[in-house]
Amino acid sequence: MMATTKTKEANPSIGGAFRTFLPVNARQCWGLSILCWCFAFAVHAQTPTPEMPPMAPELELRLKKLETELRCLVCQNQTLAESPAGLAGDLRREIRLLADQNKSNEEIKEHLRVRYGDFVLYRPPVDNKTYLLWFGPFSLLIAGGVLLWVMNRRRAKNLQPATPISQADLARATAMLKDD
Amino acid sequence: MLRTWRFFLPLAIFFGLLWFLYTGLSLNPREIPSALLNKPTPGFELAQLHTPDKKLSNADMKGQVWLLNVWGSWCVSCRYEHPFLNELAKAEVLPIIGLNWKDKPEDAKAWLAKFGNPYKVSVSDLEGRTAIDFGVYGAPETFIIDAAGMIRYKHTGPIDAAVLRDKLLPVIRELKKS
Repeated sequence: MMATTKTKEANPSIGGAFRTFLPVNARQCWGLSILCWCFAFAVHAQTPTPEMPPMAPELELRLKKLETELRCLVCQNQTLAESPAGLAGDLRREIRLLADQNKSNEEIKEHLRVRYGDFVLYRPPVDNKTYLLWFGPFSLLIAGGVLLWVMNRRRAKNLQPATPISQADLARATAMLKDD
Repeated sequence: MLRTWRFFLPLAIFFGLLWFLYTGLSLNPREIPSALLNKPTPGFELAQLHTPDKKLSNADMKGQVWLLNVWGSWCVSCRYEHPFLNELAKAEVLPIIGLNWKDKPEDAKAWLAKFGNPYKVSVSDLEGRTAIDFGVYGAPETFIIDAAGMIRYKHTGPIDAAVLRDKLLPVIRELKKS
């Protein structure tokens, strides 16, 4: 009964037929179910990637390794090797077809790069646009090291006493301390 | 002098970092710049959706400004943008060619019968290889191609009234002038 009243407060627009089935956290669940439904629809209705004949173990190993260096454009933080997305399957098939044409790893990467841009490569090429990306961290490290060295040297200089104590003053001070 | 410098430098670095992080937040990681912009259209020759024994190739479209729309009956966002494509087709601004991506032809035809057909021709890319050649990574995507067969604009995601008015139509007008 509690669930029913809470649902009503959370989203009064939900129809009566659904109300009794919904758990306490009605609004989120409703949104989630719509979302799930959309994805299910999109995934299932798209025609699957056609099957390819099995490949030799060494070729499979080579392509698997190559696929880990390529980014899936749908699930952007996954490699082509691990992504379950439909497009990733299509791209794996494309890679296989290219490999069957005796294309080298570099040629296959280039084939995908001209279509999808540097974005597909997990290791971007070194060029004008990526200098900062490649060398920025190292130059920051070096700059930090230099700064630290300069600051240390300066501090060491400042630590030296301005005027050394004279022998007479030293003798006086020792005598005063002895008196106590 | 040195003191004020020492005081403001970390503050300046902090605000610099803040700016970088803020722009990072506002960027859309889904918007990947197209590698094909200002490059020739990838070659294709595909069966037409409604008359599969006839084919359409990129060469057939040479000499006119045209629009290529990647769609599928399985694609939810395509349904959202569809009325705007219908409107564009009705205005007869330019021929709209549909690339029916990894769809079952009977589903695609039923979908067009239900929601209207803005396409002069739709071609069936059953295995999705032409889509790969176009660098497509999600539907819908829309390309504007000039008379020489060069890709001049790409829009990823659904078209709406604002996209049509502010992005696509100005490009089309500019291309038609030259």
